[in-house]
Amino acid sequence: MKQEFKIISDFIKKNTRVLDVGCGDGTLMEFLQKNKEIDIRGIEISKVNSQKCVSKGLTVIEGDAEKDLYQFPNSSFDFVILSQTLQAFLNPEIVIQELLRVGKKAIVTVPNFGFWKVRLHLLIKGTMPITKNLPDEWYNTPNIHMCTIKDFYKFCHDRDIKLDKALALHNEKISFINEANLNIKNLSAELGIFLIEK
Amino acid sequence: MNKNINIKNLIIDKPLKLDCGQTINNFPLAYETYGSLNEKKDNAILVFHALTGDQFVSGINPITKKDGWWSYAVGPGKAIDTNKYFVICANVIGGCLGSFGPSNTNSETNKIYGTTFPVITINDMVNAQHNLLEFLKIEKLFAVMGGSMGGMQVLQFVSNFPSKAKIAIPIACTSSHSAQNIAFNELGRQSIMADANWLDGSYANQNKNPDKGLSVARMAAHITYLSKNGLQEKFGRKLQERDDLKFSFDADFQIESYLRYQGSVFVDRFDANSYLYITRAMDYFDLTKEYNGNLSKAFEKTKTKFLVISFTSDWLYPTSENKEIVIALNAIGADVAFVEIESDKGHDSFLLDVPKFLNTLKDYINNSYLKN
Repeated sequence: MKQEFKIISDFIKKNTRVLDVGCGDGTLMEFLQKNKEIDIRGIEISKVNSQKCVSKGLTVIEGDAEKDLYQFPNSSFDFVILSQTLQAFLNPEIVIQELLRVGKKAIVTVPNFGFWKVRLHLLIKGTMPITKNLPDEWYNTPNIHMCTIKDFYKFCHDRDIKLDKALALHNEKISFINEANLNIKNLSAELGIFLIEK
Repeated sequence: MNKNINIKNLIIDKPLKLDCGQTINNFPLAYETYGSLNEKKDNAILVFHALTGDQFVSGINPITKKDGWWSYAVGPGKAIDTNKYFVICANVIGGCLGSFGPSNTNSETNKIYGTTFPVITINDMVNAQHNLLEFLKIEKLFAVMGGSMGGMQVLQFVSNFPSKAKIAIPIACTSSHSAQNIAFNELGRQSIMADANWLDGSYANQNKNPDKGLSVARMAAHITYLSKNGLQEKFGRKLQERDDLKFSFDADFQIESYLRYQGSVFVDRFDANSYLYITRAMDYFDLTKEYNGNLSKAFEKTKTKFLVISFTSDWLYPTSENKEIVIALNAIGADVAFVEIESDKGHDSFLLDVPKFLNTLKDYINNSYLKN
């Protein structure tokens, strides 16, 4: 999803320190490195992917974001990115806390389980939704904590986490999410992109 | 042992104050180089060898006539490509392939040093090798790397000379030798010392050699370099050139025969006193303690980019100990990457044909060089 990368890139300022949590094969890291003068690090749980990243010369450590973020000091990064990974954690709440400890700001993107196609799939077919962003079956999905844009919005609100920016993405089109249009965006967007801080 | 054939020797005239308090000078440091230094002098890689290694990293070792100890990784077209990079490796002081060690003759007594040789440390080894940079007219190395004790030297080197290497790759090592590793080293030393031919270390003066003790030391150590699964897969309970058990203490099993062979070839190429000295240096290695319990402080002054590598089946220098280095570096925002490579070849994985390891190493080195 190129558009997602572009939005993330726009959030990030020049000459900053950035951590990509769950950086996969390093595609986003490379994209950001090319487009911004930043010092970027990554952490990735999969052996195959972390070896791919290191092979590219990227500064990535193989590790589990739920266990290994403790080694980064408070506010040691200007931005911490969590791209479409939150739903795969055992304890997303603690991960968000950690992101906001390690980073001055965090960029979190969430596949929206409230998207109308997802709802329709469950309503009509009566089986767990499978979409472009969520391609796995219920029995083998790594995504164990799915949420909606509205869920995440509320999650931040309840914890006094500041939503600096909240964007909805659908068919590569970007729009702003606010209190007033939350229900509509929760139905029409595939992805929510949030810039948050404590 | 020290036949002095094809051995490049640098005589270091600058006095070197050792950690034990003694000062040595005019001592030899044997080294070898591969490839050539480019005009910009930005392609030099200093490789540090492990306990029983030497300066002959690649090609054919002129002493043993066997492949150099890191031939899988270093050579033309290999992970550390000698067509591109200028690779340097020195025999550590305390060693027995040309560098100043216990098998040298003390000019004052005309006797072989033996155990009168000063106890050396990883710090001493690294400080001695640093002289090579000036001699080879290299302002800054592109990389320092090494596995096991070689990795410890990498850590010590960056800590001592924070601006002398662009990247550092410590592999399968630790920042502080564990009790278990000290225990294994002590087992090896006691085995050597229990040999009647050791003669308090003066065997060479009397034309003797503690072959049996050194061989057992090597056998015991060799087990620690492999993994249980690796051993089981390679040897299992296979018998050695026989159909049935012989009800004796012969080498019935292939693993016995293999270990005996490893021990017997080792004594031909290694000096027993060097084994004592080098294992001691490893045991004394505690970079964390050197910085009052805070390993991060060892790297505070460096901008060197690190890649730490461990192996899943390495129980001698396990992933957890390698990760401590990563954690210490992350705590100060240093540039550190880390991967744990899947391999059932144990601690020796870094010396063997482990494609995932070699490919990752190759690509990381080449990409880091491009970003020069």
